Amino acid sequence: MMEAFEQPAESPEAVRPLGRAIVITSGKGGVGKTTTTANVGTALAARGAKVVLVDADVGLRNLDIVLGLESRVKFHLLDVLEEKATLDEALIRDKRSESLYLLAAAQTREKEDVDTGLMKALVETLRARFDYVLIDCPAGIEMGFKNAVAGAQHAIIVCTPEVSAVRDADRVVGLLPNDWRPELIVNRLRPLLVKKGKMLSVDDVNGILRLPLLGVIADEPNVIVATNRGEPLALDALSETGAAYRAIAAKIAGEDVPAPEVRPASTGIFSKLGSLFGKRG
Amino acid sequence: MIDFFNKFFRPLPPSGATAKERLRLVLLSDHLSLAPDVVESLKRDLLAVISRYVEIDPAHADVTFERRDHDVAMLASIPITGVRRPGYDESPEPTPPPAPRPVRYDASSASAPASGGVAVATKAQAPSAPVSMELPMAAEPAPAPPVAVVPSGSDETPPKSAATSAAHRRRRRRRKANAAAKRNAQAQDDPPMNASAQA
Repeated sequence: MMEAFEQPAESPEAVRPLGRAIVITSGKGGVGKTTTTANVGTALAARGAKVVLVDADVGLRNLDIVLGLESRVKFHLLDVLEEKATLDEALIRDKRSESLYLLAAAQTREKEDVDTGLMKALVETLRARFDYVLIDCPAGIEMGFKNAVAGAQHAIIVCTPEVSAVRDADRVVGLLPNDWRPELIVNRLRPLLVKKGKMLSVDDVNGILRLPLLGVIADEPNVIVATNRGEPLALDALSETGAAYRAIAAKIAGEDVPAPEVRPASTGIFSKLGSLFGKRG
Repeated sequence: MIDFFNKFFRPLPPSGATAKERLRLVLLSDHLSLAPDVVESLKRDLLAVISRYVEIDPAHADVTFERRDHDVAMLASIPITGVRRPGYDESPEPTPPPAPRPVRYDASSASAPASGGVAVATKAQAPSAPVSMELPMAAEPAPAPPVAVVPSGSDETPPKSAATSAAHRRRRRRRKANAAAKRNAQAQDDPPMNASAQA
C-alpha cells in the first residue's frame, strides 16, 4: 500500500538519518502560517538542506501561491495518499532552489478525506528523503489540524500580538503531545506600536505562552509585496525580515543564534527630523 | 492640535495594556474550563477545609467559575447542615480554634495573592440561623480578624488585638458559654441552613 511513496527520486540513496518533520501551526487563521512555512523552508534550503514543504490545508491550497509555484501543480497530497500519483510525480521542485520541494494540497477536496494513518506514513517516507519536512497546518483544531500534526515530531507556533491569536495559540499548545516543546514565532509585530503601548509586546505574548522563542517577524510591507510576486522574502539579502527568517532557519538547524531583536524601522531622514523636534515616535 | 486635545481627553490606558489584561482573564477562564480535574481537586480540598469548621452536605455542593468584567470569580454554594465545636469545652483559656460562625472572608482585601486574579469571597446567607448568636466580636472595639481560612494543620490561636484585655476575654468567655447553652437547647430542631459562598 505504501510502496508508491517509497520509490526513490534519484539513485537509491545512502542510509541517512531521518529528517525532522515540523508542523507550523497557530490555531487561528490569517496569522501567517503559510508565509512562515514558505520563508523558513526557503531559508533552510538556501543553507543547503533538503527541504519539502507539505501543504496540509486541504481545500484551501495556498502554499503554492506564496512560493509562486501555482502553475506547476499537477498532482497533490491526496493523489499521493490515494495512489493516483507517485510521490515523485507530485513533488514540485522550487524555481529558485534545487533542494526545496512542495507537495501541494488538494483544492477540491475536504480535510476529512485525508486518512490520518496514511498521512503519518507519508511524512515518515518524506523524512527518509529530506532533512526537513515542514507541514503547513490549516487553521482550526479539527481534522485538518490532527492530520497535519500526525506525522510530525516538532511544532512551530506562529502567533501575532493579538488577544485572539494568543488565546488560540495557547489552546493549540495544549492539544499538542505533552512531550513536545513547541517553539514560538511572533509574527507581524509592529515595534512602533509596542513602544507606544498600543500593541502586545513579545514579552507580553510569551509571558502567557512561555515557549522557547524562535524568532520575531516585523509587520513589514515588503512581506505583502513578496507574496504578491510569489518570491519569499527569505531570499532578499537586503530585507531585515528576510534576515529574520534566515536567523530562524539557522536556529532550526542548530546554530546558536542571538535572541531576535526587532527595532522600530527607521524611516530615514524624516524620522530623524522628527526626533530633532522632540516628536516622540 | 489633535495631540493637544488627546492630552486632555484621554482617560483610557494604552490599548496594549487593555489587550494584555483581557488576554490574562480570557486565558484564566479558558484554563479553568479546560482543566476539569484541577477544578474537581480544588473543590475536594475546599470542601475538606470548610468541613473542618462546619458540617456540610458535599453531595449538593457546587463550585463554579464565572468570568466577570474585571476578574474571574469562584462561586461556591455549599449547604451547611450543622456546626462543629471541636474541643469547645476542654480548653479553659480562650485559645480554641476559630469559633464557628457566619463568616465573611474577602480574599481580595485580606490575604489574596496579588497576581492570582481569582477573587474568593465567602458570604453567609443564613438570616435566621442560631449561629448568628455567635458574633460577640461584632460589638467589641477591635475588629475581628478574618477567620474562616486557616492554613491547613494549624492549631494556632488567631491573632489577638493588643486592645484585647483580660477583662474582654472573660466577658467573651461568659457570652460564649451563654450562647452555647442556648444553642444546645435549640440543637435538636434546627433546620439545616444553606450558606452560600459567593465571590
